[in-house]
Order: sequence, then structure tokens, then C-alpha cells
Amino acid sequence: MATVVYAALFYLATVAFVGGLAVRIAQFARTPTPLRIPTTPAPTTRTGAGLRVASEVVLFQSLFKSNKWIWLFGWIFHVTLALVLVRHLRYFLQPVPTAVALVQPYGLLFGLVMTGALVALLSRRFLVPRVRYISQVSDYLLLGLLLLIALSGLTLNAVARTDIVATKAFCLGLMRFDLQPLPTDSALLVHLMLVAALMIVFPFSRLLHAPGVFFSPTRNQADNAREKRHAPPARLEAVVKRA
Amino acid sequence: MAAPDAPTADRSHGDPLEMPALCPGAMAASKPYPASPAMQTALGFPGQLVEDWHDKAIARLGELVNGSRALRVYLDSCVKCGACTDKCHYFLGTGDPKNMPVARQDLLRKVYRRHFTLAGRYVPWLVGAEDLTEAVLADWVSYFHQCSQCRRCSVFCPFGIDTAEISMAARDILDTIGLGQKYSNEIIGKVFKIGNNLGLPPKALKNTLESLEDDIEEDTGVRVELPLNREGADILLVTPSADFFASPHMEGLIGYAKVLHEAGVSWTFSSYASEAANFGMFIGSTDTMQKVALRIRKAAEDLKVKRLVFGECGHAWRVAYNFLNTLAGPLDFLDPAYPIPQHICEFTLDLIERGKLRLDKSKNDAIRLTFHDSCNVARASRMGDEPGGQFEIPRAVLRAVCNHYFDMAPETTREATLCCGGGGGLLTDELMDLRLKGAQPRMRALREVADEHGVTHMAAICAICKAQFSKVLPKYGFDMEGIVSVHQMVSNAIVLTGSKQAEELDAAHGVASTAS
Repeated sequence: MATVVYAALFYLATVAFVGGLAVRIAQFARTPTPLRIPTTPAPTTRTGAGLRVASEVVLFQSLFKSNKWIWLFGWIFHVTLALVLVRHLRYFLQPVPTAVALVQPYGLLFGLVMTGALVALLSRRFLVPRVRYISQVSDYLLLGLLLLIALSGLTLNAVARTDIVATKAFCLGLMRFDLQPLPTDSALLVHLMLVAALMIVFPFSRLLHAPGVFFSPTRNQADNAREKRHAPPARLEAVVKRA
Repeated sequence: MAAPDAPTADRSHGDPLEMPALCPGAMAASKPYPASPAMQTALGFPGQLVEDWHDKAIARLGELVNGSRALRVYLDSCVKCGACTDKCHYFLGTGDPKNMPVARQDLLRKVYRRHFTLAGRYVPWLVGAEDLTEAVLADWVSYFHQCSQCRRCSVFCPFGIDTAEISMAARDILDTIGLGQKYSNEIIGKVFKIGNNLGLPPKALKNTLESLEDDIEEDTGVRVELPLNREGADILLVTPSADFFASPHMEGLIGYAKVLHEAGVSWTFSSYASEAANFGMFIGSTDTMQKVALRIRKAAEDLKVKRLVFGECGHAWRVAYNFLNTLAGPLDFLDPAYPIPQHICEFTLDLIERGKLRLDKSKNDAIRLTFHDSCNVARASRMGDEPGGQFEIPRAVLRAVCNHYFDMAPETTREATLCCGGGGGLLTDELMDLRLKGAQPRMRALREVADEHGVTHMAAICAICKAQFSKVLPKYGFDMEGIVSVHQMVSNAIVLTGSKQAEELDAAHGVASTAS
């Protein structure tokens, strides 16, 4: 029973996550950029602008300029999340690639550090009046959701281990449309349920910042307006032609 | 810290970026005068609040989101991390939490979420989505006119979210439903009708320029021309119209004229495009901005000039540098050997570096100078070939003409510069309280260098900054004339060929060389 319910849940979550993100990304990509608006000083070439975006994505460069505490907790959270996600690839790949095998021994460490960063980020929402003022219910809930995912994952890792071989068989089965029984340990069921929930809300929440950062004109445009004409939308171009 | 309503003199000392305590609603009563029906209709907007304002506003918001990737991405991507919350000079000066950039954005974002996102439609309470009520509309009028579109927040946002884009969109919506702002819309009307923000007709302009020629001749003994509508000149100089009559703007204009004279180029003003400023940007209307920009193109074509040079004006330089080519281009009839367009500081520094200007720095020895990076030059444009030229070139000009130069604290200059407090269409008397409070961080940074280095003057490169500082400097205990134009400093130091000053200098050198 759990197997069928969770299989259905993950198919639904995958469709919502991939489909939802695809729709939103297409929306971002199709919306025109009528004017050149890089926040300067900005790189003068497209390659430079690409590197600028990369440094925002990898190092959170602007956030570092802004506030060292938010940067520290935010960056640590995202990096450990990425490492934990890489580590989870072993449940979906057979044979397990070397890179994934390399991070394998550090799961508990990453999980603990990530949890600490999440607690710090959530505490800021309560403790800093300015941040409390701008926080909405969903901000607390999303952080809470991530925190519960981390805690249930840590439980599975260190306290109540599940049948990991069977879990992997279930995951591989999902991808091959060949359902395999899912172990029914409660920590695992909670963990998977929350992850599915996160996947479903992703495209409909501020988690859209993940694709959004790549589409931000103030960051991804080159500062070359004098050298290269930025063509306006047809409506404005028509006015120039008439003039 | 001093309470936000403390007398301003008490507030001029302290850390420029000191965090205020949150004072909710402190600035809720601040709002601009509404545009009259005549001012509205002159720009093609409804004369007064339309009956179906709610639906019209939502429809317009939809159009804007579909037409601007920046707006869409910025409304969708904010994670409420708080990085921007202490970056706005209006927040630092007022403590009103709705002046935190993210909170200002949320005034529009909550309505966007309600109408254009799934979560906002079905679970508005969860994601902070709200209907556009009369109270929200009142907040829009108030707080979107407490943003000078200076982009300081955008520098510090991990996603580059630019509150300027959002306040421009909000002002566009307000115009569309009939709630325009008097100051900006009245001025744009004057540009359409007469050619400049001040409504200075060609004849008055001609007289002003002639009297300036007389003044320069009296000072120097040299007749420096300030030509108007001279067909076939090489260069069209476009400056903010404040340069024609306000102080210290006019002293800067005299500086441009002297530099152009010494360069030996032929140049002209245009009465049709006697305005570099483009308030179409402030009201967020790309169409209006384009109409104003096209006047400059037409003037350049009609006068058959080869080059386009802009005077000292912040947002005008943004429009010229980043938007002119897009909105009124391609400007392929101009000479590609020169930057299109060129900033007067680029022009002047080039001459200085090539040794074409004779400069007597000692003429500025009574002045101990600092430089205020104007926001639109600093964060929305460039000068020269390298990123950051907009910081280095004006400073290089100033250092070449003045012996005593000191920068203000690095967290308040260059890309982190603080708005003067009067930009973005807020330079109007009814917003004086906001302007005073918004200037506080800059005034404190100036106080620091005044105390530490004995700085007496601050140079600026923007007509709005100059006008704003003339008003607020005295309120913070500084001399009103402590604000100067960059080219005013050039004007003081430049030694015109064949002038009285040149003779004096030659004589002094002659004496010196005989003595040695």
C-alpha cells in the first residue's frame, strides 16, 4: 500500500516540479528585456557577464558584500544541500559514480552542518526585527519544511536506519516504472513525504529564486550599450522608424 | 541614536549607515502632490482616478510583467533574506520599515501574487498576497514616491533585484489609472511643449547664454562662445536645463564652455533639445522616455552635428549612455570615431591627459574637496573604456584641477554611494521632510571628512544632486555653497589662452625663473 501511494506521490511531485519549473523558466525566457540595465560597474563582455552570474551562483558575491552573517549561513546551507543532494544520487544511479562515492562518508557531517545553518536562518527571522517584519507565513514554513527534511534524514542516517538496499530498489524501480516494495519505517516515510511536498511547492514559491538568479538582467547583461545597440521591442522600434 | 524627528542639526553627526529603530508608519503621510487633469492628459494619461481603477491597475500590472523580464523575475525571486533591509538611505533616515527595499517591493509584490500566482490566488494568507484596496493604493502613492530609484539595494541583493524597476512599474500603473505625480508630469509636459524642464523658451535661453559670454569675457578677457542652434557644428552639447540658471549648475556650464573653447572644437546647444534630463524614466513610462529621447536625436539630425556630448546630470547620463541608442537609435549618422554619446568628463579628461588644457590648481586652494558619486552615474552607467571609469574619470578631473582632494568613507562612495535624497522625481518642496531625512547618511559621511580633513566643499556631477544639496546642506550645519559642480572646479583652474589669467601666470613664472 505504502509503495503504491509513495510511487504515485513521487510521480506527481516529479511532474509538478519539472513541469512547473519548465513553465516558469519558459516564462522568464520569453519575457522581453526592453532596456539595458546592468548594475554597474559591470563586465563589458557577455563572457564577463556570465562569470558575474557564476560568481553570484557559486559564491553569493553580492550577498557577501551585503551582510556577512546572512552570507555565511546562506552559503553554508546551499553548499551542504548540494553535497547532500549529490550524495543522494547513489539511490538513483547504478553503478555509483566515483564523485558520489567520494562524498559518501560525510553524509552525517553535511547533514548536521546544514541543519545548523537552517536553524540560524530561521532564528534570524524571529530575532532580527527588520527580517521579522518582512517574513511571511510561507517563509517560516519553507524553512521549517527544509529543517524537517534534514532532521528526518539525519534520523535515517544515524538513529533509525532503514533497509537502504530496498530503498534504492524502490527508487530505481520508480525510474524504470517497475515498482519495488518500499520499506515502511516511519522516519523514511516522513522524509520522503516532505521531499515530495518540497518538490511540489518549488515552482510555485519563492524557491523560484533558483532559476531566477540566471535571468536577472541587472546581473546577466553586459555593460556595452555604447558599443552594441540593444534592440528594443517592436513597439518602440516602430516609433523610432517613424521618427 | 537620535530619533528621526529630532532637529536635523543633531542628526548630522554619527555613523552614516547607523541602523535606525523600526518606526512603522513614520512616513505614511508623506506623499507627492497629484498631477492636475491637464498635466495628466498632456502625457496621454487619464485626467483623474478612473472609475474602474482596480481592474485597470491589475490589467496594467499584467502588461508590465509580460513586457519586462526584470519585473517578472524580481517579483518572483525574492527570498526575503533581508540583505537589502538596511541599504536604503530613506530607511536609514526615517526608520519606516516600508522604506526597506524588500518591504517597498512587497507593496507591489503582494498584489502581483494575489492576481498572477497560483499560491496567491488560492492561499493568499500563506504567501502574503493581498487585494489592491484603497489603502494599498494609498501606500503605493506614498512609498513609491519615497524611492529615488538609486539602485543601492540592487548592488547588495543576491539576485540583483532592482527596486527602481519595481517603483517605476508602480508609478506607471498610478499614471495609467489617473494618479500621476505633479512634479514629474508637469515637467515632462514642459519638455514636450518648450524643450526643457524649466520651460525656458529659446529667446530667454539665447539671452542667458549671451550674458554668460559677457560674464566670462569680463572675468578672463576672452570671448568664449556659447552657441545656440548653430547648424553644422561638430558637437551638440546637451545639458540639464538647470545648468542655464541655477547655482552651482551654471558655474559648471561655464566650465564646459571654457573646455570646449580651449579644445578648439565647434559646438552648439539646441533649443529644441535644451534638456538632458528625461523624467520619463522616473515615472517608469518607456514610451514617454522614448518621446523625450527622440528630441535629442532630432536636434542632432537637424543641426547636422557629428558628435553628442552630455553635461553633468545623473539620470540623464543613464538614459543617454544606456537607453538613447535603444530608444532613438541607431545613431549611425554620428561620427563613430568618438563615443556615442560622450560624457563631458570623458571629453575634459581626454584633453587634460593630452596636455591640451592649461590648469592652475592653486586657484582652487581655498577649497578642500570631496566628491559625491551620483547614483545613476555610479550604478547605472559607465564612463571610459573600463568598468568603474564612472568613478575614476570625475576624480581624475578633480585631482587635476585641485590640490586638496579627499574621498568620503568607502562604504558610502562608488558603487555603494548614497543618494542625495532628492533623485528619482522627488526633488519637490512637498517632499522636503523626506528629502532632509534621506540626505542624512550622505550628510554624516560628509561631516566625517569635514571633521577629519577639513573638507569644505563637495563636488557633484548631477543637476538633481546639486539642487538637493543646496537645500539640505544648511539644515545639516554646512554652508549652502559647499556644493560645487565638477566643471566649476575646472572653470576655476582653467587658464584660457590669451586671458588675463594667462598673462598673470606668465608674468609670475617669468619672475620665478628670473629669481632662480
